[in-house]
Amino acid sequence: MTNRPYRARTLLAAAAAAWLSLPLAAASADVESTDPIKLTLHDWTGQLITTTLMGEVLKKAGYTIDYVQADYIAQFAGLKTGDLHVAMEIWETTGRDAMDEATATGDVENLGETGMQAIEEWWYPAYMKEQCPGLPDWQALMDEACAEAFSTAETAPYGRYLGGPVTWGGYDDERVTALELPFEVVHAGTDAALFAELESAYQRQAPIMLWVYAPHWAPAKYEGEWVEFPPYSAECYADPSAGINPDEAYDCGKPRGPIWKVAWAGVKDKWPGAHTAIQAFTVDNDAMGQMVTEVDLNGKTAEDVVADWMAANEGVWSGWIQ
Amino acid sequence: METTTTQARTPSAFAKPASDGGRAVAIVWATALCCFFLLWFAGRPVAAWAFKVPKEWRIPLQRWIGDAMDWLVQDASFGLFSFTELTRFIAAMIDVPYRIALSLLSTGWLEGQGSAAVQQLPPLSWVAVIGLVMLLGRHAGGWRLSLLAGGCFLFILLFGQWDNAMVTLASIVIAVPLGVVGGLLLGLAGYRWPRVESVLTPVLDLMQTVPVFAYLVPILFLFGFGPTAAVVATIIYALPPMTRVAIVALKSVSSEINDLGRMVGCTRRQMTWRVMVPSAMPGLMVGVNQVIMLSLNMVIIASMIGAGGLGFEVLAALRRLDIGTGIEAGLAIVALAIALDRLSQAIADKQRTHDDSGQAGVIARHPYLLTALVVIGVTTLAGIKLEAFRALPESWQLSTGSFWSDVVRWINVNFFDQLEAFKDLLLLNLLIPIKRLLLGLPWAGVVGLIALAGWTLGGLRLALTVGGLALLIALTGQWAKAMITVYLCGISVLIACLIGMPIGIMAAERERLWRVVRVIIDTLQTLPSFVYLMPAVMLFRVGDFTAMIAVVAYAVAPAIRYTVHGLKQVDPQVIEAGRVSGCTPLQLLVKVKLPLAWPEIMLGINQTIMLALSMLVITALVGTRDLGQEVYIALTKADTGRGLVAGLAVACIAMVADRLITASAARLHSRRAGRGPER
Repeated sequence: MTNRPYRARTLLAAAAAAWLSLPLAAASADVESTDPIKLTLHDWTGQLITTTLMGEVLKKAGYTIDYVQADYIAQFAGLKTGDLHVAMEIWETTGRDAMDEATATGDVENLGETGMQAIEEWWYPAYMKEQCPGLPDWQALMDEACAEAFSTAETAPYGRYLGGPVTWGGYDDERVTALELPFEVVHAGTDAALFAELESAYQRQAPIMLWVYAPHWAPAKYEGEWVEFPPYSAECYADPSAGINPDEAYDCGKPRGPIWKVAWAGVKDKWPGAHTAIQAFTVDNDAMGQMVTEVDLNGKTAEDVVADWMAANEGVWSGWIQ
Repeated sequence: METTTTQARTPSAFAKPASDGGRAVAIVWATALCCFFLLWFAGRPVAAWAFKVPKEWRIPLQRWIGDAMDWLVQDASFGLFSFTELTRFIAAMIDVPYRIALSLLSTGWLEGQGSAAVQQLPPLSWVAVIGLVMLLGRHAGGWRLSLLAGGCFLFILLFGQWDNAMVTLASIVIAVPLGVVGGLLLGLAGYRWPRVESVLTPVLDLMQTVPVFAYLVPILFLFGFGPTAAVVATIIYALPPMTRVAIVALKSVSSEINDLGRMVGCTRRQMTWRVMVPSAMPGLMVGVNQVIMLSLNMVIIASMIGAGGLGFEVLAALRRLDIGTGIEAGLAIVALAIALDRLSQAIADKQRTHDDSGQAGVIARHPYLLTALVVIGVTTLAGIKLEAFRALPESWQLSTGSFWSDVVRWINVNFFDQLEAFKDLLLLNLLIPIKRLLLGLPWAGVVGLIALAGWTLGGLRLALTVGGLALLIALTGQWAKAMITVYLCGISVLIACLIGMPIGIMAAERERLWRVVRVIIDTLQTLPSFVYLMPAVMLFRVGDFTAMIAVVAYAVAPAIRYTVHGLKQVDPQVIEAGRVSGCTPLQLLVKVKLPLAWPEIMLGINQTIMLALSMLVITALVGTRDLGQEVYIALTKADTGRGLVAGLAVACIAMVADRLITASAARLHSRRAGRGPER
């Protein structure tokens, strides 16, 4: 059975049907404005779930909601001008620059963390442990046999590490130099390409070492482990003398980054109640991971998964819209 | 009877060299090449500046353009209203027909907004839409077309893509007519006034080759975030081929028809609309086809800026590696493209044959219109009662399920090693050596050679133009990335032409083959490249090779299309004359048809280059490190100046290639026409 992804139109029709059956007097609760609040939708399931969750909670409070499909980066232009209102997932590693630029103009406001911590690190499938026994310790990668196990014709004798798009940052090129790893960093152009290669390698039980992040369906679908680098610290990134290599910075793993919520600066004045609710919104990695797995691997729709969560956690979300 | 010129006329210092290729030109070239090789092999220690532009020489174009765009978006004003207000007004005007189309096709007539909206009237039922499309097909082209169009829409319906397709169709229905009409008017202006044409050409190049990601953010500011901005971006991308084709088509209307028009006493307007445009119709229809194709190609990007629809479906599906749904959504786009294209071609053909029967009653005179109204009325009423008329029940929907994923998995598991061996062969022996070669060349030398080529082909003016453009790329710090772009696109265009032109030549002769080939190239041009890029990444990994596959697959379509069109346009009388003179088919092809079809084929090569370059940003998503990647990085850093400069560099490459090719074609043409003494 193929996945039928989220469709704004279905939601719209359902909402329309729901409204038709309510007496008009109860329609507008005590909301400051019935203008629709526009929440942006991107193309990955986790974000669809987060946004739908927020939207449904706001609807319970009586607000009018409009879901707009938008590109993760292009949406900032809309947020600055007030064409779009709320973006529920801005990741520290991939969206920081754009978010900082937008908040600096004063037209966009950072509404705090969503409560999820993004884990991003080098990841390998479990079957590679046989060829490289010291894993998950990063020092196992220094071994020549190990590096060769991960190599391809283009990178031999160095191992091949598939990093995220250049725009994600992550300092993997610097990390390889600082820790003197016999690896070559290749950057995938996009998230989808990254996981396409993983799928391909996993099907053939072939070697691959790549950037994987959570919350995401990949760690649930494929068996594998994160490489354990020296723990991250701010000094390790800033100061070469800190960390294992006294001459180079970035000689440690990546930070766990928060995932932020941002909104157009006018939301505070136009829908103060919603503003408070969005700030209060929080969900943790495990809950999100479960919901993502339900949708991407078990074929449920995002709407159903969200409805289930709301039914099970009424106390939590009603506290947000108090 | 050949005679060699015994005395080479030494050209004056800056004049265009004589077309008989005098010895002077050969000497100049020899000297230049010697200098170039000297510089390349021995110049690095002495003239490091020639290999890497020093920081002091760099033009801070990124900053200037960034500031200019900020000014345009925020402060530019005409006194009474600002520029942004003007563009938002234009967006609001485009929005009106768009909302009507959307209400009719997708959302129904709504009262209120967002989740509080109440549907007063449902949208057209799927039965109505398919019925209307079939009626239109029958009216325009008979049962065959009717079945084809109906079949395409039925395909979309059965695979569960109806809602998305209707949203997309609403955008297309607005964008395509605007693109066609705008393109035609610009083409007419360019044809009428040569000055306009010379101004238009670089602007059209920019519109077609600057990646949309480069000017996406300003467009979002100016036109608002939503489907209207997507329509505007689509029109900008899709309009240039129409204009170009219109100019070529109008110019190639034979002079006898022109004279006839004048003799008969046509006014200017009658000349244009009753004589020229109808005569140029076959060419113009290629333009319309291209507008439709390119508009549907923009569907993915349109979905990123709020247009929703099929593009979003493709992106979301491939993000999950759900290749099956991605292919289905992609094929839905193709089906839409084919249906719209064939319908528009048939309607245009129909216009040229009038067959009204004046006297009969209303019903007899407008059978199709009345039937259409009846269909709409019946299905709307039925829709109120029966759910099935509003949305096809899930149980009736088909799906390929995991078939495609399984196919890719099977190929991956069984053939990966062979495919990798083939890829490594090409990569290590052809691609990477050429890349290293190009990157190692001194920029000063390359710019000099380009300018020299311009001078040889077209005189001082061309030399200054192409030399200046190349210099601009270097001085803005984009040289290395531009070289990677040239390498990638150059090889891809070469392969695309090598594949496409022979196929085009064969298909021009054989009608049945052409029908099949036509469907294939329509598919290649409209199927979002993501759909085959992800399986390609699975089979060939991230890198230049996969990018090259994507570019070749996309660029082969115009190579074939324009070749076929050009060969078919050759005057049958000339072919007849050739046959009567005793030409073999091969001689007929090489000596008669190809030379006469040359303008169209050149246009094809020009379009191949344009489309290859426009694929750059998509290939950046696979993982190349060229100008497309630069544009993408600029987008994520919200740095408009950087993105636009990278986009301009792409446009410069396109223009240099185009000017040089056009000039060499013109020289070939004039030599053949016998204006200079033969060598």
